[in-house]
Amino acid sequence: MNRALRAAVVLGAGLLAGLLVAAILALPVPAVRLPTLVAAHLPASGVTHPVTAVLLNFRGYDTLLEVAVLALALVGLLAQSPPRELMHAPSPGEPVLPLLARVLVPFLILSAGYLLWSGAHRPGGAFQAGAVLAAAAVVLHLARLWPAWDRPGRSLRLGLVGGLLLFLAVAAALLAGGTLLRFPPQLAGTLILLIEIGLTVSLGLLLAGLFLFLAEPRSLR
Amino acid sequence: MSSGLVYAVVGVLLFVLGAAGMLLLPHLLRKILAFNLLGSGAFLTLVGLAQRDGSVDPVPHAMVLTGIVVAVAATALALALLRRLHALSGRTQLADESADE
Amino acid sequence: MNDPVYDVAPWLVLLPLAWAGLAFVWGPGRGARLALAGTALQLLLALRLAAELLSLGGRRHAVGGWGAPLGIDLAVDGLSMTMLLLTQVVAFAVFIYARAYFTDRSADGDGHGARNHFWPLAGFLLAAMNALYLSADLFNLYVTLELLGLAAVGLVAAGGNAAQVSAALRYLLVSLLASGAYLLGVALIYGSYGTVALSALPLMSADAPLAVALAAALMGIALLLKTALFPFHFWLPPAHGGAPAPVSALLSALVVKATFYLFLRLGLGLFALLGEAIAWLPGLLGSAAIFWGSWQALRAQRLKMLVAYSTVAQLGYLFLIFPLLAPDGLALQAGVMQALSHGLAKAAMFMTAGVFLQVTGRDAVADLAGAAGRLPVTLFAFGLAGVTLMGLPPSGGFLAKWLLIDAALTQGQWGWAAVVIAGGLLTALYVFRVVRQAFASTEATPPLAPVPRTLEWTAFALAAASVLLGLRGMEVLHLLDVGAAS
Repeated sequence: MNRALRAAVVLGAGLLAGLLVAAILALPVPAVRLPTLVAAHLPASGVTHPVTAVLLNFRGYDTLLEVAVLALALVGLLAQSPPRELMHAPSPGEPVLPLLARVLVPFLILSAGYLLWSGAHRPGGAFQAGAVLAAAAVVLHLARLWPAWDRPGRSLRLGLVGGLLLFLAVAAALLAGGTLLRFPPQLAGTLILLIEIGLTVSLGLLLAGLFLFLAEPRSLR
Repeated sequence: MSSGLVYAVVGVLLFVLGAAGMLLLPHLLRKILAFNLLGSGAFLTLVGLAQRDGSVDPVPHAMVLTGIVVAVAATALALALLRRLHALSGRTQLADESADE
Repeated sequence: MNDPVYDVAPWLVLLPLAWAGLAFVWGPGRGARLALAGTALQLLLALRLAAELLSLGGRRHAVGGWGAPLGIDLAVDGLSMTMLLLTQVVAFAVFIYARAYFTDRSADGDGHGARNHFWPLAGFLLAAMNALYLSADLFNLYVTLELLGLAAVGLVAAGGNAAQVSAALRYLLVSLLASGAYLLGVALIYGSYGTVALSALPLMSADAPLAVALAAALMGIALLLKTALFPFHFWLPPAHGGAPAPVSALLSALVVKATFYLFLRLGLGLFALLGEAIAWLPGLLGSAAIFWGSWQALRAQRLKMLVAYSTVAQLGYLFLIFPLLAPDGLALQAGVMQALSHGLAKAAMFMTAGVFLQVTGRDAVADLAGAAGRLPVTLFAFGLAGVTLMGLPPSGGFLAKWLLIDAALTQGQWGWAAVVIAGGLLTALYVFRVVRQAFASTEATPPLAPVPRTLEWTAFALAAASVLLGLRGMEVLHLLDVGAAS
């Protein structure tokens, strides 16, 4: 990239930054107040935490698409057919990390379960739980207690997209009865929990897979 | 100036930094990192603007959670592509530098 | 108006997501018949939705029953319905082609990666487009844009060589930069108005906050980047030109139309004020795209690169409509007809390029000599597609350019009419370049693989459709008259 173009980009960036800051400082008070709407409909949503209600009920359609995005990224990653001879040699083993991992991972799994359960009434939910599960898998791998993943077999594939398929199944059932993702108020809490359980498993596998499918394929033990 | 407004201002500055980074930095890994900076800036702006009057708004929080997952997915795919490119050709930069925006 | 029991629209999103997931579970390379069955069903549902639109007017579906601004709304009007129909039709044809194409004799790079994951990726791509056309919520549109971008990149990169992966990475980075800018625009809109639902947002007025104007600029540039309008087109030729033929067909015919649709939607609606003020800019850039793209197509050595540069040029016509938008609706009709006919013709063209590649094993234009004798159906399909791109009667492309010139002359803007005519001439030059080469006789008779009839005839069907579209074009455009639901 030549000097003139670089200078133009820097200048443009500065100008944009200035305009954006000015625009932000000049903003008036907005007209629509969504928090009031959220609070008003929270009792009918099936959960008591407003963010979870928005995420899985009011704007659940976003969540559905977002899970699809994550699954899609994994499929795209798998389509790369990574070669086997990649990666530097792994560092020699040390005693501390595997011990720490063995102690930590059960707590991580427990925390994930708690996060999933508590999402209904405090910050938490499927994504956080799935991320913690994935972290546990990565810790195990880094501690050389779990090998990297090769081409996924059918059960792993089912686990990876199972959460999405379950979400779709619930959505289809609700759509057949009327509106897309319209949870009947008495069933909302149960259905949301069901969806979140499926999502936790799948998200954990997906996020772990994003790391483990690219990691060194040989078993490290 | 409320804290929300401070977050929003910082957010747009991070965004601009990230965008400039994506355009100017030649190494692909740095472009990907710049993208994460850009995304974080946008998220910060979204949340900051919504609470600039001190109130708590759950809708942007949910949006940002969604956005983070999307950004993670995109970053993962980008990294996978970068790894594959490096494995195939040893390169870590796109061939035609002037074509990067 | 919303008939809850028979609401078809959301199925257009759920179905492709479902068969994409199931195809993935079923196994690498599997899922073709599932995809075909799903897409056929989607096509039928889309036709049903179109019929409902014509009789009942614009539809709106409040997801979750909440309604905007608390929930997300899906909305269908004439414009989105037309695009939905185009998407299902072209996707169905390309899938029939792809099923035959991805056999053991794939000649592009490492066919295995492309073949093994085409069906799930294509399903996600289709879901993304359908979701985009149906969505009436700015943040939801962001998620659909990301789904679309990642699916497209995944398809370009699948099983590819270094050049393809490099092209895919470039595409991805451009796409991510654009999405980030779009997201910042959404943040500014939310900060200004407290909602992201299109139905709840006020149209941009002269005293709107600066943040709204900046959001318009950010989102506009983002969508122009994704639609590859000159000078943001640089990522398209390597990506579309390097991917396997079915992927290129989907990308050039459908993916760039989706982001164009969004640009049009925002430019006609939310940001109409700004759109009208700088309408000359898309027109100018579109003209540059036509000339630059056609020039590069004339110079291209490889057939697929020629076709990819043709896409860059043809996308320019879409942006010529902006300075000509008027209450008489001529320019809008021209733009939609151009999108439809280019979608059909370009898919056909890439499909023929794929046939040439599979049969001759070579990609260069120069190597096409003798193709006329051996692959007459394929060449004829290419020619028909070229007829549409050139704008010869009675094709859909002719109708589009006719409407565009009509709009230009009605408003006394002769310059744009001249650009359209010049563009047609340039298109003829590069189309005939290929045809002439194919009719050239050659001494060498390289061994040819047998061509599956499916490949030739699907290409031919789409090309013929793009030509015949002109005959029924005005009736199709009547669909545009259906306005949004109140």
